[in-house]
Formats: sequence, structure tokens, C-alpha cells
Amino acid sequence: MIRYLLARLLTFLPTFLGVTLISFAFIRVLPGDPIIVMAGERGMTEERYAELYRQFGFDQPLVVQFWTYLTGVLQGDLGTSYVTKRPVWDEFFALFPATLELSLCAIIFAIAVGLPAGVIAAVNRGKFFDRALMSTALVGYSMPIFWWALLLIIIFSGNLGWTPVSGRIDLLYYFPQVTGFMLIDSALSGQNGAFASAVRHLILPTIVLGTIPLAVIARQTRSAMLEVLSEDYIRTARAKGLSPLRVNGLHALRNAMIPVITVIGLSVGTLLAGAILTETIFSWPGIGKWMVDSIFRRDYPVVQGGLLLIASMVMIVNLTVDILYGFINPKIRARK
Amino acid sequence: MALLSIRNLSVDFATAAGSFRAVDAMDVTVDPGEILAIVGESGSGKSVAMLALMGLLPWTATVTADEMSFDGQDLRAISPRTRRRIVGKDIAMIFQEPMSSLNPCFTVGFQIKEGLKKHLGLDARARQARALELMEMVGIPDPARRLNAYPHQMSGGMSQRVMIAMAIACRPRLLIADEPTTALDVTIQAQILDLLTDLQAETGMALILITHDMGVVAETARRVSVQYAGQKVEEQQVGPLFARPHHPYTSALLAALPERATTRILPTIPGVVPGQFDRPRGCLFAPRCAFADETCRTTPPPVQPPEIGRARCHYPLMQEGRG
Repeated sequence: MIRYLLARLLTFLPTFLGVTLISFAFIRVLPGDPIIVMAGERGMTEERYAELYRQFGFDQPLVVQFWTYLTGVLQGDLGTSYVTKRPVWDEFFALFPATLELSLCAIIFAIAVGLPAGVIAAVNRGKFFDRALMSTALVGYSMPIFWWALLLIIIFSGNLGWTPVSGRIDLLYYFPQVTGFMLIDSALSGQNGAFASAVRHLILPTIVLGTIPLAVIARQTRSAMLEVLSEDYIRTARAKGLSPLRVNGLHALRNAMIPVITVIGLSVGTLLAGAILTETIFSWPGIGKWMVDSIFRRDYPVVQGGLLLIASMVMIVNLTVDILYGFINPKIRARK
Repeated sequence: MALLSIRNLSVDFATAAGSFRAVDAMDVTVDPGEILAIVGESGSGKSVAMLALMGLLPWTATVTADEMSFDGQDLRAISPRTRRRIVGKDIAMIFQEPMSSLNPCFTVGFQIKEGLKKHLGLDARARQARALELMEMVGIPDPARRLNAYPHQMSGGMSQRVMIAMAIACRPRLLIADEPTTALDVTIQAQILDLLTDLQAETGMALILITHDMGVVAETARRVSVQYAGQKVEEQQVGPLFARPHHPYTSALLAALPERATTRILPTIPGVVPGQFDRPRGCLFAPRCAFADETCRTTPPPVQPPEIGRARCHYPLMQEGRG
């Protein structure tokens, strides 16, 4: 197991290098000049422009610029934002908990609803529930996220007034950041109603962000379950006189989990990187919004560093999924 | 009183091309402690009939019967929940493919103990003791270590032994073995059959052995029921059946045994079992039968009296040996 882990960590190196190179190249291919953007409408003198040009190292050949960046990254220095003058690392970790909290809530919501729904659909294959669920899942999968978000806001925030429109918590409450997770911090603060407020702010973004993973998980669970339910060992389990709950929920589901875990892992990856729309709509102060703003400002270090960190998170999630396989199916453990 | 009594059992499958009858008017009677062999080639409805008894058929199947009772209890009338208290406890079943019949995600011990907890309510310590005892009964060496093994760590013969241990865990009164040796090596086949007959003698349970192998029948069974295209065509004690088969199909099956061959090339039965679309009007065996005439092809045959092996035939064979 340890050897397998080390081998997997080694494969991270080329991926890591690739991501570094691509993010470095990608932002420079975009038209636009960070210095001009910084200057804004006021403009700046030729001398000042040349000075900044040298300061950011743009006068060096691209290969040298990349080498300087890469050696910095390997020493844990992701650079400093052109705009805020703060280290990219600090900015990322100030905002990342918000994204992580939202992503985790969304994936938990997607699993909690999608997994049982997929199991029930498979067990009742071809019946009303199955058809209704699969059609709903298809709609959920194909729906434009921004439209779905606006629809929910209009109904639940506008008409019914049950949920807030944006932000992470009501402005009434102020307490120090301890973990960066609003749910935990608000509960720790001990202020009356703070936790409830944090929860109410999370509901709509969670549903919006969780909708696509929910549909994907439900469909994947159903198809994996259908395959497993026709296996000989399911007949054996039923021949033992076990209850349908135990046969379907333990004997079948455990075997069906491998492909489901795979899509869950992939979903977590896309959630971390893809919360951009949801964060923008709900003014959620996470890395999605931060990345979009940085791209518009041509803030090279932030875009490079942000992409690299997000890619690292996705790699870690994938590794976790691979390790989980072995826990679920001992046969895979043996092959490693 | 018979332990198991099934009369006029029919099973139909709903398929995309209409309904298909897999079991047609089948009768099965088993007395306590008896060994009954059900013989027939692939597609003759042997396994489906037994799965219907266990309630293990998929939802596309429709089961009808005039009688289906176990130990005096009508299995047609009880709820699935009540049936699950009988299935796995008083009636147990083992299957053809031992390797795929065990769940790859759980240890052997877990899968054996599951039934003990559900049906007998044993505590953890009692379950462990009984599981060890069962593993010894089915001849698995080093049982304590094997209980923690996963199915992929075991051979086919070993897996079938585990399946048997699992099946007899709650001391069933009827064990159904559905082609238990077909997927195994020849040397292992004999071991598993010996194990089954030994266990049967030891525990006094009844045993239904489903097979297509007449050699297996001769070695183990006392009574034999021959099945063809969903129907029972003949039923006799094993000795008389081998000596005087009354149905031409039984006779042809026996003639195909290598031990009985008189020519260099083994005799075969031409053709295949009729399927969904080519079911004959008269006797189902008529297209493949050497003795069939116009009556056989147009009129379904009567069932002959017990002296003539309940043969479903217009012209049952009466002389010694081959017809």
C-alpha cells in the first residue's frame, strides 16, 4: 500500500509540471497587458511603464521567466498579486475555505439524494419511480446552471422570502475567522442565530451547485446497480432469505460503489474548479470569483498560482478515490 | 407426508417477443430425507422450476401452480416476508458457478454468519463457533484462517464447499443443488458429490440434485425425474430407470452415456430443445424422436401410470434396455 502510494505520488510530478507550464502559457496567450490594465483610464508615463515592465521581468525571454517562476513554485513561492501586492498563497487560503465549504455541502447533498434515488430506481426498474427519476435527472443534467439559480432565487428569495439572495452570512453577525468555514465559525461564535443564518445562506448555492453532480450520481448509481443486481452473488444473498434492504443496500450497493465513487471523485474536482458561476451569482467570496476577477485584471501570478493549486486539489481528490477503491473491493487491493 | 409437493407448476417469462413458457405443468414430490435427481439438457426448465420454488425469479416471470407446499405450508399464499423465513433456513440452495456466487466484497466468514444471525439469532461468539464447525464439516483445511479470506483468494472447489457450508448453516430440511459440479474439475466433482451425499446421510435432509449428467445421477440419486422442454417426461427409481427407460428421450439420454456405447461414435439425439417459436403441437419430443408417428406430431401425449414411469408418451418403450 505504501509503495503504491509513493508510486502514485511520483506520477504527480509530470502532471504538476504540465499544469505549471500550461497555466503559465495560457495567461500569456491571452491578449492584453497587465500594466495597461493596472494603469486604468488615467494611463501612465512611458518611464513608469518601462520601470514596471522591468520589475515584473517581462523584459526577460519567456524561457527565463518560466524558469524563475518554476524555481519559485518549487520553493513554495507562488508570487505576489500585481493588484493587491499580497502573496498568492495567502489570498488563496483566505478564500479557499468558502469554496471548499460550498463544494463539500453540494457534494454531500448530491450523494445524500442521488445515491438512494439511483438505488431505488434500479430496484424498481421500469416502473413509475424509475422513469420519473431518470427523466428528472436528465433535465437536471441539461439545465443551464445560471438559469436554475435565478429561478430558485426568484421563487425562494423573491416570492417566498425564505432564503437570502447572496453572501455567506447576515451582516448583523461579526466574529473572528477560526477555521474559515462559516458553519463551524458561526457555531463557535456562540452568537444567537448566527449558525442558522449561515445555514440559510448555504441552502440555495448548495442546491444549485449540487444539481449536476446529483443527476450524474443518480444515473451512475442506477446503471451500476442494474448490472450488479443480475450477478450470481445477489441471487445467493436472496437465497439466504435476507431482506431486500440488506440485499440491495449492502450486497449490491457495495459492489456498485466503484463506478459511483469514480463519478463522485470527478464531480468534486469539477466542483472545486467549477463553482465560478454559482459563486458569481450568489456573490460567494470563494476562489471561483477570485479567479475570474484575476483573469480580467491579467493578474498573471494569481491566475497561474490559482490554477496550480486547484489542479493540485483535484489530483489529491483523485488519489483519495483510488485509495477508496481498495477499501470497497478487496480484489482491487490484492491487485495493487 | 411429502416434505415438498408441487403440482402443475408453470413459469412464463414476459419477453420482448411475447410470453415464453420455461416450465410447463411440472410435478415434483420429495419425501423427507430423500435424494431426487432432476435430469434434463440445457433449457429444459430444471433450474427455473427450483428458482420459482425459492422465489428467486426476476419480476418478468409469472409462476402458477395448483399446489406448491413445503412441510404442509402453502408457499403460494404466504407473503414475501414469511417466505424469507423459510428460504435460507428450511430450504437452501447452491448454484452452478461457485466462483461468481460468492460476493467479492465480503469475507467468507461474514457470508456464512449472515444467515446464522438472521434465522437463528446467534450471538457473535456462537456464530463464530458454528461457522468453524461448518467449515470443518465441508472439509476446508485451516478453517479459522479461511473464514477471513475473500472469495477471490479461493479455488472453485473451495468456493463450492463454502457455498455448501452456507447452505447447510441453519440445518435445512431440503437442499437444492443446481448443477453443483458442472463448473468444477472432474476430480473435484466427485469430491463435492461425495460431500453432498455424506452430509445428506449425516443430517437427514432431503436433497434435490439438478443435473444433466446421467453419471452423477447413477452415483447419487434414489429417484430420478427426467425433464424435457419444461415438462416432466418420466419418473422412476434410479435402478429401474437405468434398466428399463420407458420414454424414448430417457432411453436416448442413456444411450449417449460413454459407458454404454457399443459403437466407436457416441450416439447423439439429433436437433435441439424446442424454443419459443418452434414449439410442436403434439409431443414436444416428437421432432427428435426415432419412434414418432403422425399421432405424436399432432396430439399431446398422455401421462402413463406409475408402473410405466409416468412416461409422457403415446408409445412408451416396454422392453429391456434400449428401445
